[in-house]
Amino acid sequence: MRIRIDADRCQGHQMCAVVAPELFGSDDFGNATILIEGAVPPELEAKARRGAGTCPEQAVIIED
Amino acid sequence: MTTTEPVQDWATDYDIFDPGYVRNPYPVAEQLRGTCPIAHTERWGGSWMPTRYDDVVAIAHEYETFTSQQILVTPLPPQMQEGAYGGVAAPPITSDPPDHHWQRRLILPTFSPQSVAKYEPGTRELCHRLIDGFIATGRADAATDYAQQIPVRVIAAMLGVPLEMSDEFTSWVRGVLEVGLTDPVVRMESRNKIIGFFASEIADRQAHPRENDLITELLGAQFEGQPVPVTYVMGVCNLMLVAGIDTTWSSIGSALWHLAQHPDHRAQLSANTDLWPTAIEELLRAYSPVTMARIVAHDTEFQGCPMHTGDRVLMSFPLANRDPSVFENPDEVILDREHNRHVAFGAGIHRCAGSNLARLELRIALRTWMERIPEFELEEPSSVTWAGGQVRGPRVCTVRFPKG
Repeated sequence: MRIRIDADRCQGHQMCAVVAPELFGSDDFGNATILIEGAVPPELEAKARRGAGTCPEQAVIIED
Repeated sequence: MTTTEPVQDWATDYDIFDPGYVRNPYPVAEQLRGTCPIAHTERWGGSWMPTRYDDVVAIAHEYETFTSQQILVTPLPPQMQEGAYGGVAAPPITSDPPDHHWQRRLILPTFSPQSVAKYEPGTRELCHRLIDGFIATGRADAATDYAQQIPVRVIAAMLGVPLEMSDEFTSWVRGVLEVGLTDPVVRMESRNKIIGFFASEIADRQAHPRENDLITELLGAQFEGQPVPVTYVMGVCNLMLVAGIDTTWSSIGSALWHLAQHPDHRAQLSANTDLWPTAIEELLRAYSPVTMARIVAHDTEFQGCPMHTGDRVLMSFPLANRDPSVFENPDEVILDREHNRHVAFGAGIHRCAGSNLARLELRIALRTWMERIPEFELEEPSSVTWAGGQVRGPRVCTVRFPKG
């Protein structure tokens, strides 16, 4: 599983970072960043889905 | 424009200030979603009110049609656009693109999670001090003795203005967002006090710039090589005070009102503190305080409703967040709700710029309360009073607990 942020959609709600702080962070403007390189570790896949499922802008993209 | 006639038909004649609706708007919304999901009224200057999540979010995203010329739920008194402060708004929330973009970008770094973290120790200390003031008595008004006292001081500290004026700031903000919504004279007076206050703070910073001072920094900010207009700085200060106080205080108060009635949730949070991050989002969803308005830019049909230039549309985030097509069992508070796409802070380009600060305040206020006062209950449920309209939350919420 890989994750990315659609920067055109992200409005900086930071809800992904609230539910999955291991995976999602914030840039200087509060928009979401991805904190890992490469694939999501299997033990964090559920959290990645939760991060995506909690974004009001649907800006967290999961690529299985 | 005012009316106090009881509502017979919520689909065509709703009243957001109806006392029963203010206390509990959710049954009305549930009924409307099934029959007339976008309601209309002529009351309070007239407005449309979508009740479905998808419609509210679509309006938030369609900012070219649904503009931010006015954002309060009742019309701007015409005399507010005149006089010395007539051009002062509350950017970026009152701005449309293209100006909105630079105005928002200038303030966002101030409110990033990294930036607001520095207010955490002071907020915690403040919460402890407030609890110290009433814990020995075994009772407190969770709304006025606690919730109301917190955001105003955090914002005052952030703006570098006197904390001793907290009660005045609170009264001015309520004058704009509560009393003033149905009383244009109070709205005018309160707004003029706020802008007048910041005009003198700005003059002071222009004469005596300060180190590590937000107002000084805003005055020195540039856009496309030019200093930003002073009316912009006044407007940002206005926004921070008005948007940063009533809203967060209402959220803290609603959450305590909920926890006072749910010993099971208190026990879960005490036993498992890992629940807090999702619990806070769930309390934000279930008791979202803020409704914002938009003004229709051109005649349009939205979901079959003929909307005309200048019409007001209410984006009720509280109602959107109870839509059963998006949230399973929406009226139930589920502390570890799995997918919680709530829009308590709005959506789209006007998403609450202060949401990271609000979330921090809510977390510290609730956790500190629960550490010090893990057991508490409403003294008399029927004595709880609510404000609504623009910002919904308890205004009197007396609780009792074992004396500490």
